[in-house]
Amino acid sequence: MTGSEGLSARSAAALSDPLLPLADDSLVLSHRLGEWAGHAPVLEEELALANIALDLLGQARALYAELGEEDELAFLREERAFRNCQLAEQPGGDFAHTMVRQLYFSAWQELLYAQLAELGQPLAAKAVKESEYHRDHAEHWTLRLGDGTEESHARAQRAADSLWRFTGELFEPIAGPGPVGEVDWDALRTGWTERITRTFERATLTVPESPQEGAWKAGAGRQGIHTEPFGRMLAEMQHLHRSHPGASW
Amino acid sequence: MTSVLLGEGTQGSAEPVESVAAFDSAIAADERIEPRDWMPDDYRRTLVRQMAQHAHSEIIGMQPEANWITRAPSLRRKAILMAKVQDEAGHGLYLYSAAETLGTSREELLDKLHSGRQKYSSIFNYPTLTWADVGAIGWLVDGAAITNQVPLCRCSYGPYARAMIRICKEESFHQRQGFELLLALSRGTEAQHAMAQDSVDRWWWPSLMMFGPPDDESSHSARSMEWKIKRHSNDELRQRFVDICVPQAEALGLTLPDPGLRWNESRGHWDFGPIDWEEFKQVLQGNGPCNEERITRRRQAHEDGAWVRDAAAAYAAKHAARGRGKVQERTETAVDTAVSA
Repeated sequence: MTGSEGLSARSAAALSDPLLPLADDSLVLSHRLGEWAGHAPVLEEELALANIALDLLGQARALYAELGEEDELAFLREERAFRNCQLAEQPGGDFAHTMVRQLYFSAWQELLYAQLAELGQPLAAKAVKESEYHRDHAEHWTLRLGDGTEESHARAQRAADSLWRFTGELFEPIAGPGPVGEVDWDALRTGWTERITRTFERATLTVPESPQEGAWKAGAGRQGIHTEPFGRMLAEMQHLHRSHPGASW
Repeated sequence: MTSVLLGEGTQGSAEPVESVAAFDSAIAADERIEPRDWMPDDYRRTLVRQMAQHAHSEIIGMQPEANWITRAPSLRRKAILMAKVQDEAGHGLYLYSAAETLGTSREELLDKLHSGRQKYSSIFNYPTLTWADVGAIGWLVDGAAITNQVPLCRCSYGPYARAMIRICKEESFHQRQGFELLLALSRGTEAQHAMAQDSVDRWWWPSLMMFGPPDDESSHSARSMEWKIKRHSNDELRQRFVDICVPQAEALGLTLPDPGLRWNESRGHWDFGPIDWEEFKQVLQGNGPCNEERITRRRQAHEDGAWVRDAAAAYAAKHAARGRGKVQERTETAVDTAVSA
């Protein structure tokens, strides 16, 4: 695949593994959450956001370790070789964007990992507990923001609307051998939609009616097609590692 | 109850002779003062000032390290650094809570930080320019902090002493990760070694300044020692720190940037060169390399978060009101049922 020169044979073999998109989701969203450090609206959220970021990073590392060499996979691939969903890479924006992004993602991840745990994916059992907590945290904030002040309501609705177009990709089947290949994506979509609808109702927010995915036929994150901010994110994340080829840290 | 007015408490509180005696004897016997115990106003003020400054240092101290979270060169280092910055937020939280036991809210203290009426440790006004600075902060800055803070675990005020026990355990882990980070660099490529040395060169002197001015110029020291809020003098602690660092620097394969460092057999300590107190004074007065950035960013985060805090408060108020409504409704229904039965 484009953008993966310099990987060892083992890591290169991982590029088409169906677990790679899931590992990339966790790494990329963890990185985005890490950008909040020192910027959170209250001290308690400094702790919570870091906790979620650490859980996600832990998931990514466990999956990368299964697949190849973690630092090669994280630092030596270029944009086109990353298979995370576009939702995960979206910049934090305001706190409402960060929380709605988390709600969309974690509600999906919880349902996905619940299925994977049933299908016998060994790393899913721990991850499902974590994503349940992340979803719960995001849900509570969605309620507070949606049903808080006029301003917070407007911001939450804006976030819900603007991130909506990245949610369709979450239900696009990831092909391949093993449990991921056996996931029931339609059930996932139904479960997710019910959950989000219920939360938005309680939060006095409107479920967007706009399309859940873009019109570009080339595809999206799962095909290695990303949004513009992602390249800059990777440039920042990878520059130090790449500046010292072969060094260990 | 007979009470005699002693001294001039700013809150105008009468100080019963028995309370003063109880306080004095608790201090003398090395017992803890607890939130509901009587304490002199100045003792309370000194503690609030010190705990607030400590809490502020934890949250401002998140900034120079968070500066490297998005650039950490391996996933393992990224996880460690995120966890460390998170610990600092946690320390801030315990310390603001400990200060609350003295009747001062977090809100009030943050307001004083943001308006410049309370300070944080000057060390955080220095920039983290390379990845090695994350290691130097762990090894030197957290190392100096521990040297300062371990005695606080025996401080006379109970909630502060207890918070410090947990904080010191975590700081000690931070110090070791910093040492280990620098060791990996020092033993790494030539460029990594140079990065580590450059960083130690920049952080060594500011770390020595963290112990505060020399004893004969320290304005708050004497009484804090008397009250057992403070247990050792600035110069004693600074010497202890230098003595610990010299062999560690050697183990790291790095040099400390002080030609005056030499073992003094008769003192049983390392002698070290003169500290540039003018730089310390300047940084303290706001002329350090990052004073402006640190406080601006803190204020900005607080201001940017105002609408979120307002939303949480509005939501809680609405739901408390609805909750009360429901309770009332249920009670009325129960009464109706009982009456009609």
